[in-house]
Amino acid sequence: MTALLRLLPFLRPYRGAIILGAVIAVLNNAVGILGPWLLKLAVDALQSGGTVALLAQYAALMVAVAVAAGVLRFYMRQILIGVSRHAELDLRNAFFAHLQKLPASFYNRRRTGDIMARLTSDLESVRSVLGPGVMYPLDTISMAAFVLTMMLLLSVKLTIAVLIAAPLVSLAVFYLGRVTFRLHTRIQQQFSALSDCAEENLAGVRVVRAFAQEEREYRKFDELNREYVQRNLAMTRVQALFMPLMFLLFELVTAMVLLLGGRAIIADRLTLGGFVAFVGYLGMLAWPIIAVGWVANLFQRGAASMKRLTEILDVTPEIAPPPVPHRPSVIRGEIEFANVGFSYDGDRPALSELSFVIPPGRTVAIVGRTGSGKSTLVSLIPRLFDPTEGRVLIDGIPTTDWDLRVLRRTIAVVPQDAQLFSDMVSANLRFGAPDAPQENLMRAAEISQIAKDVAAFRSGYETVVGERGITLSGGQKGRTALARALLCDPKILILDDALSAVDTQTEEEILHGLRRFMAGRTSIIISHRVSTVKDADEIFVLDEGRIVERGTHDELIARGGYYAELDRMQKLEAELEEMDEDAAS
Amino acid sequence: MSAADDWSREDEVLGKAYDARLARRLWSYIGDQKRKIALAAVLLVLGALAELAGPLLVKVAIDRCIATRDWHGLVIIVLLFAGLAVSATVLRWSETYLTGAAGQYIVYRLRMQLFEKLQRLSIPYFDRNPVGRLMSRLTSDVQALYELFSAGVVAIVGDVVTLVGIMVVMFVISWKLALITLSVIPFLILITFMFRRHVRDLYRLTRLKIARLNSYLHENLVGMRVVQLFNREPRNFAAFDEIGRDLKGTYLRTIFYYALFYPAVELISAVAVAFIIYGGGGMLLAGAVTMGTLVAFIQYVERFWRPVRDLAEKYNILQGAMAAAERVFKVIDHPIEVPLRELSTATPAGDEKMEGVAIEFRHVWFAYHHEDWVLKDVSFRVAPGESVAVVGATGAGKTTLISLLSRFYDVQQGDILVNGLDVRQWDLAKLRRLMGIVLQDVFVFAGTVTDNIRYGCPDSGAETVRRAAALVHADHFISRLPKSYDEPVMERGATLSTGQRQLLAFARALMCEPPVIVLDEATASIDTETERLIQDAIGRLLVGRTSIIIAHRLSTIQRCDRILVFHHGRLREQGTQEELLAQRGIFHRLWQLQYGGVTAAMQAGEEA
Repeated sequence: MTALLRLLPFLRPYRGAIILGAVIAVLNNAVGILGPWLLKLAVDALQSGGTVALLAQYAALMVAVAVAAGVLRFYMRQILIGVSRHAELDLRNAFFAHLQKLPASFYNRRRTGDIMARLTSDLESVRSVLGPGVMYPLDTISMAAFVLTMMLLLSVKLTIAVLIAAPLVSLAVFYLGRVTFRLHTRIQQQFSALSDCAEENLAGVRVVRAFAQEEREYRKFDELNREYVQRNLAMTRVQALFMPLMFLLFELVTAMVLLLGGRAIIADRLTLGGFVAFVGYLGMLAWPIIAVGWVANLFQRGAASMKRLTEILDVTPEIAPPPVPHRPSVIRGEIEFANVGFSYDGDRPALSELSFVIPPGRTVAIVGRTGSGKSTLVSLIPRLFDPTEGRVLIDGIPTTDWDLRVLRRTIAVVPQDAQLFSDMVSANLRFGAPDAPQENLMRAAEISQIAKDVAAFRSGYETVVGERGITLSGGQKGRTALARALLCDPKILILDDALSAVDTQTEEEILHGLRRFMAGRTSIIISHRVSTVKDADEIFVLDEGRIVERGTHDELIARGGYYAELDRMQKLEAELEEMDEDAAS
Repeated sequence: MSAADDWSREDEVLGKAYDARLARRLWSYIGDQKRKIALAAVLLVLGALAELAGPLLVKVAIDRCIATRDWHGLVIIVLLFAGLAVSATVLRWSETYLTGAAGQYIVYRLRMQLFEKLQRLSIPYFDRNPVGRLMSRLTSDVQALYELFSAGVVAIVGDVVTLVGIMVVMFVISWKLALITLSVIPFLILITFMFRRHVRDLYRLTRLKIARLNSYLHENLVGMRVVQLFNREPRNFAAFDEIGRDLKGTYLRTIFYYALFYPAVELISAVAVAFIIYGGGGMLLAGAVTMGTLVAFIQYVERFWRPVRDLAEKYNILQGAMAAAERVFKVIDHPIEVPLRELSTATPAGDEKMEGVAIEFRHVWFAYHHEDWVLKDVSFRVAPGESVAVVGATGAGKTTLISLLSRFYDVQQGDILVNGLDVRQWDLAKLRRLMGIVLQDVFVFAGTVTDNIRYGCPDSGAETVRRAAALVHADHFISRLPKSYDEPVMERGATLSTGQRQLLAFARALMCEPPVIVLDEATASIDTETERLIQDAIGRLLVGRTSIIIAHRLSTIQRCDRILVFHHGRLREQGTQEELLAQRGIFHRLWQLQYGGVTAAMQAGEEA
């Protein structure tokens, strides 16, 4: 339950509204209890031979009381449930803002589905505590106070009889609540097992088919499913008891009131009207008593969910801002790696002992086989990760001392998998530079060779892409991502194998346009293609996180190492393609 | 991730709350639970009646006992009252339990049917439907149907019985007073109708906006790197906030209608009580009704509004359940693209332990999409006991061969024959049991090492498992694990290295002693020590078996009797290594491409 204390700061801004809601709840109940009292007066009047006119007056008063209570209830709901929606938005936003601060390593570890689940269904459980969880206790407590006062005024003895039931109610709620919690946990565990079984079966569908194990998988699932049903049935047995039990307690109290009240009337210690009113007050208590269990359940679930939310909220961003952020007025774009080492898991090194300097305005290309650490290397520059050893410096200042925003504004990355957003093409291009003028946008699109494609779209730059729009091909995505990066007008440009989905012909054109753009900017190009990297000022060959060869194209060819081999293979490959065309013709 | 993918799509199916076709079909699922549900319905009616009797007894107590000061009579009435309350409780409890249990069993069956279908659907279906989407069919959709069966249908009956019961009792006691009291009902219906209409529209709108929020959230989570790299945090936060605010607006409007509806119903019931006081009071003064009747009427009115409120809310459950049913049935009704044969008569009978299996591809054409041919007119034959290596550049269609042979897909043209019989004629399970298959990405199941090795033949003993592991050299690393063969492997084998997973897959393929080995060699680089073990293990796998191996390594190719060279979906060359090298064709080029340095040395050696 202590997890719920974390919610208090989110309720703070609305304390005025909550107090107002509480006042209205009290007023509403103060007015509400007049109803049965009017009933008493009416019944007593009937007993002592009142007139129809008097009855009309009471009836009118009753309607007036109901109208007043209704208006107050309306505002109570509006305000208190409304607060929960306001606080929900704040909580969701706070969570989202926190997620935005978490580094790449967090997203490597966590599954998207898991974070989504927390931000949706868990948030909803927490919201239920904020709304109904605040409103019902306020309402119930004030109502109980008023009702008991009125009851005491009517008959002390009967009130005592009613109060005897109170401990029984709390006992039942407490006991059933504990059993529910235990059974609920057991069900959730079994549900996880069931989901895991299904998830594995579906993900490994080819192996299941290949080994003809469908039947056994079915039996395994059946077994888990049966157990799941059994555990659910145990829960159903308990839950099915809850409401009827509350109802029974209430009815038994009514029976007691009927008995004692009847005797009091017979003994002339209570009027019939008083009795009717008392039964009426008892009726007002019925729903709140039943609701107690429901609210308790709400709190239990809300607490469990809040715990899951705080698990994420308490993750501290590993990329810490420096105490005195460096914000230079002029950026040259020199990149230096000083003895850099990096490991994802603290065990196997992804990069080791990297030291090099890229002078401002130069173009460096990186080649190497899959898993050699190329992407890891460039992701250290905009601080997606911080190196485990050594330092990365821009213009001689360690990246950790830079203002993160300034650092990232200086650098533009075209990632391997071009992540676009379901929005208009223009919005995607302006992703990093929302205020870029149209002509810059056009130029970036021209250089990236995406302009022709866009022109062919029905709505041009207004065309929506992605989930809710048209699907772009891999090459189109890559070129869009390139234009997006160019539009940022970066001092440092990083192409992480960005053009692999683009055909050689188009790539040639892009590289031609890029050459002019890259003048005066530092660039790093990762690629598998020799044709892409051959004109770079320097080429690094990476293997197992180390630079094993470096030099210009000609120097490396002369060396006869990995790079020379790569060059030879690609020439052969091209030859092979031609051969096939010959064969086809 | 994929679970979130279809969040946005989830809501396209937001059908009517009641769809006769779906309802009939759902009804058929009640099946053997009919008796439980019928019994529950009877108990429910009895329980509702027992509850209805309460105010009636109060009336009798007032009129007969309290008015006449009959103490004994009062005690008897109160005992009766308590007795009825106890029986109403027992009835309600058993009814709730019965419907809950019936719902559980129905949903159990539905889930099993769904899972069974998922075991029979063929691979193309899984290519199109991400795991997350299928998972939500099995979980949240089925759950929505549980709510329909447990809380929905029967409870609606209960609410209706209570409402009708109250009205009937009122009319029996005093039809005049009943008419006066129930004159508010048209207003109640009107208000409920208006409320339902507004809330239904808002419910739909809410679902849509939630979907929007979720897909924006999902997009941001997946693309968080890009968001951060481009300093988009503030802007995307603003957009997220905007969507959230929009959703909040809809919620607040919904709250408005709820805040209006509940007090309105209470107001109407207060008006009804006022009518009883005024009209009924007049009748009492005229001696037409008793005081007990008035009190009973007031109590009935108080019991009237809860079922009304419940009925108005049941609508959402119904709507959600119908949409879920539609999605679940869509899976169940999906045709199976690779149809299973019910034990084809043509299947060679009995010989599970077939020695020497021949495989033949005859003019096979295959495309995953339309006419985008991956395999073009491929024909070759593998003799019993022969091993062939399949080589070719990426995208040459090599892996597709394996998928077709194990009938993950069916060919568009041509035939694939196993022992002279078309694979489409084979009993699928039998066909697949012939082959020990090692796929490129080794899929490891959660469980122990032993469980994973004997995955294909679960009844094998520990000794057989050890033998299989030893044969492919998997025993080295297994014995070094803390719990050896009982070592639990994590989901997807996260704790094992690539090479270890590979060896595990070899043992698994070999375990059932299949006459055919189909192997898609992993491309990933593996440390030299494990690499040596793997190479030796492959040699052992091939002995005496018909084998098709998609080979990436020189040593693997050299182990095979024959080489098939694929290029752009066609079988372009075949023969032994020497023959193919002498041809100086594609294989020769590939050879230079992939094994460049070594080749030169080898050729030099040959020539020498």
